[in-house]
Amino acid sequence: MSDTTTADAPTGPSTVEVTIDGVSVAAQPGELVIAAAERAGVYIPRFCYHERMSPVGMCRMCLVEIDTGRGPQLQPSCMVPVGPNMTVDTTSEATRRAQEGVLELLLINHPLDCAVCDKGGECPLQDQTMAYGPGESRFVEEKRHFEKPIPISDLVHLDRERCILCDRCTRFADEIAGEPLIDFVERGNETQVLTFPGEPFTSYFSGNTVQICPVGALTAAPYRFKARPWDLNQTESTCTTCAVGCRIVVQSSRNELVRYLGVDIDPVNHGWLCDKGRFAFGSVHSPNRVTAPLRARPETAAAAADFGASEPSQRFESVDWTRALTAVSEAVSAARPGAIAVLGGARGTNEDAYAWSKLARTVLRTDHVDAQLADGLPAELVVGLRGATIDDACNADTTLLVCGDLREELPVLHLRLRGAARANTTRLIEVTPAETGLTRIATRSERCRGGEAASVLRDLLDGDDPLSEELASGSVVVVLGRSSVAESADAAAEVASVITARVPHARFLVASRRGNVRGALDMGLAPGLLPGRARLAEPPAELAAAWGELPADVGHDATGILAAAAAGEIDVLFLLGADPLGDYPDSLLARLGISSAQTVVAVDTFLTQSAAEADIFLPAAAFGEKSGTTTNLEGRVSALGDLVTPPGSARPDWMIAAELAVLCGGDLGFVTSDEITAEIAALCATHADAVGPALEADGVLAVGAAFQPALPPEGSAPPRDGYGLRLVCGRTLYDDGVTVTQTPALVGLRTEPALRVHPVDLDRVGVASGTEVEVHSDRGALRLPIVADAGVARGNVVLPFNAAGIDVGVLIDIEAPVIDVRIETRVPGRSN
Amino acid sequence: MASYTVAHAPGFVANDAPRIVTQRFDHPDSYTLERYLATGGYEGIRAALGRSPQDVHSEVRDATLLGRGGAGFPAGVKWGFCPPGVWPRYLVVNGDESEPGTYKDRLLMELDPHQLIEGCLIACYAVGLSQCFLYIRGEMVLAQERVAQALNDAYAAGWVGRNICGTEFSVDIVLHSGAGAYVVGEETALIESLEGNRGMPRLKPPFFPAAVGLYGQPTIVNNVETLANLPWILRHGASAFTAIGTPTSPGTRMVAVSGHVNRAGVYEITNGTTTFRDLIYGDDYCGGLRPGRELKAFVPGGGSAPWFTPAQLDLPFEASQIGPQGSMLGSGAVMVMDDTTDIPAAALTLTKFYAHESCGKCVPCREGATWLERILRRVCNGTGTPRDLDLLFEVGATISPGEFPHAGVPERGLEPKPFPYQMTTICFVGPSAYAPVHSAMTLFPEEFTARVAPNAHLDAQVAPGGSVNGGPISEVAVRV
Repeated sequence: MSDTTTADAPTGPSTVEVTIDGVSVAAQPGELVIAAAERAGVYIPRFCYHERMSPVGMCRMCLVEIDTGRGPQLQPSCMVPVGPNMTVDTTSEATRRAQEGVLELLLINHPLDCAVCDKGGECPLQDQTMAYGPGESRFVEEKRHFEKPIPISDLVHLDRERCILCDRCTRFADEIAGEPLIDFVERGNETQVLTFPGEPFTSYFSGNTVQICPVGALTAAPYRFKARPWDLNQTESTCTTCAVGCRIVVQSSRNELVRYLGVDIDPVNHGWLCDKGRFAFGSVHSPNRVTAPLRARPETAAAAADFGASEPSQRFESVDWTRALTAVSEAVSAARPGAIAVLGGARGTNEDAYAWSKLARTVLRTDHVDAQLADGLPAELVVGLRGATIDDACNADTTLLVCGDLREELPVLHLRLRGAARANTTRLIEVTPAETGLTRIATRSERCRGGEAASVLRDLLDGDDPLSEELASGSVVVVLGRSSVAESADAAAEVASVITARVPHARFLVASRRGNVRGALDMGLAPGLLPGRARLAEPPAELAAAWGELPADVGHDATGILAAAAAGEIDVLFLLGADPLGDYPDSLLARLGISSAQTVVAVDTFLTQSAAEADIFLPAAAFGEKSGTTTNLEGRVSALGDLVTPPGSARPDWMIAAELAVLCGGDLGFVTSDEITAEIAALCATHADAVGPALEADGVLAVGAAFQPALPPEGSAPPRDGYGLRLVCGRTLYDDGVTVTQTPALVGLRTEPALRVHPVDLDRVGVASGTEVEVHSDRGALRLPIVADAGVARGNVVLPFNAAGIDVGVLIDIEAPVIDVRIETRVPGRSN
Repeated sequence: MASYTVAHAPGFVANDAPRIVTQRFDHPDSYTLERYLATGGYEGIRAALGRSPQDVHSEVRDATLLGRGGAGFPAGVKWGFCPPGVWPRYLVVNGDESEPGTYKDRLLMELDPHQLIEGCLIACYAVGLSQCFLYIRGEMVLAQERVAQALNDAYAAGWVGRNICGTEFSVDIVLHSGAGAYVVGEETALIESLEGNRGMPRLKPPFFPAAVGLYGQPTIVNNVETLANLPWILRHGASAFTAIGTPTSPGTRMVAVSGHVNRAGVYEITNGTTTFRDLIYGDDYCGGLRPGRELKAFVPGGGSAPWFTPAQLDLPFEASQIGPQGSMLGSGAVMVMDDTTDIPAAALTLTKFYAHESCGKCVPCREGATWLERILRRVCNGTGTPRDLDLLFEVGATISPGEFPHAGVPERGLEPKPFPYQMTTICFVGPSAYAPVHSAMTLFPEEFTARVAPNAHLDAQVAPGGSVNGGPISEVAVRV
């Protein structure tokens, strides 16, 4: 799309003058003729060429006459770099004949089933045949036949008859995704794209091949036969499935989202998406969406002892918004001072987060707010560390990865870093408890026991290791995240302390995972923070003036809120799209907190585990149903598009906040989302530019913070339990969250969870890989299979958090720095 | 040795002609190290090691040793294209001989493997290559076995490996067996195959092997016969080599003759002076055509070369004379067709081969070659129409635009169209599929028109000439 580095014609001594169709064009040395021509406004037709992949010169559609002084020769413009005194003719008779010839040949075996092809209407083969083709075919023979679409994965169907063998999908799978699960088989006229026998195309990035297919050979199961391109409505937006913030086009038909396409923006996704993001629209139209406010029937609300006992349909009755909000405002006014808390807010827009932040501080008069569920870094670090962008990480001399498996957590960031390492624009060094998707391409890969990344790094940097010298010179970006929720956030924060003390010029890219968690924290949805990355204790003057009196004391974070609730100190607990019962690491504390809070108000799209236990449920609008802005993990603010109407009376979170404020006797001062965007820009120095058209495309990078974060002191590594294994709870892409479980296309992709340990540790356990065992912590036990995985560091046991079918949280005590577990095997057939 | 017998083609030697690469072919044990050492073997590398690499390189450059694989590019010049100071650099021996009609390299590998190994050593020494990959076509079982045995013997005797002849010079030679794809004879496809990828050609530029070759490093790709010449050149000197043949094409070359001759086989002929008439009719060579038959046409340089007719018989094996007459010397294979030959069927046989061997990378070759084959098959079996003949030329022009090279036909006043051709594909496989069709139809048009004449009425049923909708559709701006 907009490519600022090449959009402007480069000038200066380092350019090459070429003549394209009689016009002199200044091109960069090494630039391909096809790219230089396109920049000069001359479009050369192509199928196999893709600017984000290496050229192969396969389709021969881009043949043009190029004269380098030895007379005009037909050359593939996607393979030939510009040279001095080069003359290119894209409209000559020879060029035209070559284009007609290639198109005639491409069509001789193409089934021409455009009428029933999903690609029809947006098909490069169709379009270029109309523009450059010969008009009619002289082919009278039988065409090549293959079995019509065969599913090559749960998401992608392959029609080999339509395929023109451009090598785009296979190149993507190999070069970009690094998962070469599809390739050419056979030869010559029999060549076809296929998977390997018995191995489906189970790439997390398979949907991209559908998007870049220049014909209808690859189709996505969720979109097949859903719409025709000319019937689609569309708007540009930003994906909020994770925090990478990929730019997308959202498309709908008959008020239903049917497809997302990646938009190529340089700073973030280069046009790629992960499959979870691409197909997540299914959850928006799930029949399980709640479409009207719900209130617990008085008899069930009183029976706190029946926790989780009754069906939601029995527990709740539908009410109108006035009744629901009045009930909330009555609970608020009855609450003791400091006994109101707001959990969540990372799922909404920046405007939602700002509205709730303002509501909490100025109307509810509480600072007990937290957008994170103890699964991120301390909020002060997220907003206050010296930040780096994705591009910075891709171009740093060294990029240090101290985080979970980015392929599982932030897939497109994984793609970007993989591409950078492949192009040698950075070198990756990782310190992780198990192998990640980037291990094979990393320059160096260090394993650590769970919770010990900081001490491993300290030993490396303080010792004789060459790493300290390598980091001392040159730029360093640290991708810092939580590789496990089974260790305290202090462990990750300590990494920042260790690095900052020794590599002061290092910058940080915080690998926050949740969709808009960065935006929520920037808007002050964390205890002690205010919008614009400011501290509650030192409010910026404009904000203080606009907001008036602020809570005096810093409130509780998520753990503090749940603990206070468990102690009976919370009268009203708001859950903003948060599901502590499913998503908070410590299940026991979550249960106690939710059941002990006097009134639980859930603002959500689905009756999640926690929302099902609420007293009042307020249905929220989802992605694609509301406008506003979102912030990615870099701090890049971009605009969201609204394309479809929310179901029933569901409405955006900010609107709920504004209405609630009025009922509680306050006034947030805005009635549209745009007014909030403007208020944020007016009151937050960091977001001053984040307004208007600048939010489209690349968006606006909000930089800076009003304070220096306090780094925790360096501690010593947690003591080792000589008998046990250290629990590492990372994430999987297809987890048990509502995005996956409510999307029909994705729900089947979840895998059975298993304990993964190093083969040597498995030998110590003494069972065969795949055996079901019991894993015990001080808190609880789970029964599930154990498998050997040489990628796991010795002493660790890896178990994905929020995996399908099990509650890993029963093992986790949020107060413990690390969780050591032991594995128990039982003799089959013998009862307890 | 294998317990089974592998039939191999006969190698014949003309009585008094100079012999460079076939000198040991007379000995039944020509492939053994003992025989090789007894007949001056490994003296070339010994001589080379006594001189500086630059010196050896100059000697080969002075010998004007033309590449024997097909393109005929001087080996000494090719070696000079390696960018200075870039290491490692590799030698890749192209033993994937698979051009139709060509089997000379196979004999060289089967009958004198040590000569090839010594040639590799000399090339490696001259250019500073520390690793050599010997890529032998998958189907050549005997050649693989003999080269493998020779390599084992040479390693054991210290001729290959570390510190050859007690010097600092060390080379490893790796034997690699192909999987049976014609296109891998093309040097960039061979490199892809060697790297473990599908054998598909790379585009030059940027992938000129001498600059960016195997594993992205500078790589010299030489033909088997080219390298087999090196020991002799080092032993006898460049001047002795250039004394044979002509200044522009010195030395000898091996030619594999097949078809309707009395004595088909491989011959070492003198470059530049031996003519096709000598080869086909000479008593020392093929001994003429079958009794009572006359020459109709011959392919002078492998299946992909445009054909010649008796009018070109007196041309010598000299690239500078063959090119202007519309063909090429190519891989040193002569296929002889006498007057019993069904020309369209002969063209179909060759085109079918290239269609089958297309790697599938470039659209014009993948789709066009098969289409050519199908149209030609229709013509051959009597169901083609006159329009199909035009279509053959038009489809061919999509693969190879512009006028295709062909021989002259004096009696028809047809002037030759000199080599080379243009192409819309990366490598020559696409145009090669068209070459036999074009030659056959240009030189023997009457054989084709006779086949399609009975069906002329069928063409009238189709709208005459041009598009049903009145020509190409107007241009529309599109984006991918």
